[in-house]
Amino acid sequence: MIVTILDVVIAGLLMGGIYALVAVGLSLQYGVARVLNVAHGEFIMLGAFITWSLYTMAGINPLVSLIICGPTVFIIGFVLYRAVFTRLRTSSASPAAFEGNSMLACFGLLFIIQNVAILIWGADIKGYTFLAFPVNFWGAVFAANRLVTLVFALVIGAVFYLFLARTRLGKGIRAAAQDPGTAGLVGVNINQVLALCFGFGALMAGLGGTLISMSYKIQPTMGLEYTIIALIVIVLGGLGSIPGSFIGGFILGLVGSIVTYIEPGLALVAYYVIFILLLLARPTGILGK
Amino acid sequence: MHITTLTSKKFLVAVAIGLIIVILLATVPLYSPGYTVVLLSSILMYIVLTVSWVIFSGPTGYISLAPAAFFGVGVYTSALLGFVLPLPVVIGIGGLVSFCLALLVGALTLRLRGIYFVMFTFGLVELILNFVLWWEVNITGTTGRVVPTVNNTTVYYLMLITFGILLLTAYLIRRSRFGLALQSIGQNEDAAAHTGINVTALKTIAFAISAFFMGAAGAIMATRWTYIDPRIAFNPLLSFMPVLMAIFGGMGQLYGPIIGATIFTYLEEFLITRFPYYYMLIFGIIMVVAILYLPDGLVGLIQRLWKRISERKYAYT
Repeated sequence: MIVTILDVVIAGLLMGGIYALVAVGLSLQYGVARVLNVAHGEFIMLGAFITWSLYTMAGINPLVSLIICGPTVFIIGFVLYRAVFTRLRTSSASPAAFEGNSMLACFGLLFIIQNVAILIWGADIKGYTFLAFPVNFWGAVFAANRLVTLVFALVIGAVFYLFLARTRLGKGIRAAAQDPGTAGLVGVNINQVLALCFGFGALMAGLGGTLISMSYKIQPTMGLEYTIIALIVIVLGGLGSIPGSFIGGFILGLVGSIVTYIEPGLALVAYYVIFILLLLARPTGILGK
Repeated sequence: MHITTLTSKKFLVAVAIGLIIVILLATVPLYSPGYTVVLLSSILMYIVLTVSWVIFSGPTGYISLAPAAFFGVGVYTSALLGFVLPLPVVIGIGGLVSFCLALLVGALTLRLRGIYFVMFTFGLVELILNFVLWWEVNITGTTGRVVPTVNNTTVYYLMLITFGILLLTAYLIRRSRFGLALQSIGQNEDAAAHTGINVTALKTIAFAISAFFMGAAGAIMATRWTYIDPRIAFNPLLSFMPVLMAIFGGMGQLYGPIIGATIFTYLEEFLITRFPYYYMLIFGIIMVVAILYLPDGLVGLIQRLWKRISERKYAYT
């Protein structure tokens, strides 16, 4: 019995780490750049497939791929923001109109990225084995790759938090999140900072994708599920709060793991029920203002 | 006085053109090949989805991504009741079930504003899809269902009638105090509330009326598919298509969404047969380009061009 509980709790925490990392990226894109990036999961998918290609074709260690994937996906995100969203931001009548328009544009991007990926990699499910030896926690057994995933998710989250809290650019980003107009007045290059934010969001997704590909099967249509989970996590934790995303991610991971233990088909349904209850009761989230 | 005679003349012309189009559409199955009837049914289905989407989302500015949920509810009504009840009754029930679902959902969520509402409606489709999938696999022990079929001409006429009723409803709403109230909600919700408009109630009713027609369309289309499963019935693409078609056509006028839906359905048919592997890719590109460069849609673009041409004419004379 205790082993079963331990099993469920640890599985939930391992899953929660990934959810949290993925949600931090989306939180940044929506919290600062005001783009509700529904194509967020597609960047995860890109990261996962780049890692898969590098590992199966060139034999590059997935942990090394983190260094390759991150910047690649960052550049894609940055360029996309400059090409599409900067223009949309200036042409939209109001911030609310920009949120609507940019979200619809993201749906377009979702279809584009997903189908380009299907053309390159095919629609099949893919996977590879990496660090698959078992690790024992007082009777509950897990694959080592999932543990590595959790550790890296925590480290990346912490590094990013320090970057936002301590560096000059991080301060600029936080200023832009609070009030873009005034931030521009005090010398923050607002278009640059917003594009960087979108890029950093994509970077998080790409790193998340690399980590996910180590322990889960991947396919070009996997993105949307992660996007939805990330959305739920940021609503749960509070928009724009990194610690909130981590708390939300772990809560959702635990809930998912408990529900999967009781009734495997209903995990996604349980997420939605939480999401709906939360939107009705406290739309600002646990750590939201 | 002068203006009223002018508008009534304009109105008469519009009615005359409308009548001619209705007669043409009604007689199509008599002289056209079967393929045209099937294609026109698809076009009408998308028009119904798009125009009913615009009833709610057009004036209020709330982007609803729930059409697939209401459409799928209609599809499942048809599958469950199709063998027991006559088709027109089934269509009516399909619409009513969607209507009630929308009332419930609307009453719960239309207090949410902006992006939260969008996220919620999008989640709703996935929630219902996953729940029905789980229910079918674990409780009824099947994934798909068989729907009683009718011939293509019947599907076409049913869709045409639904479209006619919808158009009339949309027109009357636009002209009524109700429509005006919805528009004021879209422009400034707080101000609308201060003038004594019960904003949540009106939004919920408009949302439910639009859901009624989506459900009816689903109940009709199910009879054409013969076999359905949750992934067909609650296909999320059916949520995006109406949004895209409405934006592409332009939401300022009633005929904008109709033009958008017609062009898009034809384009879809063309792309699927010619470029099956690139279809979704091209679809995505059109979506991004339409949002970037056609803020008022095709109709807005034409109106702008027309204005420029007519202004030049006046400038020279």
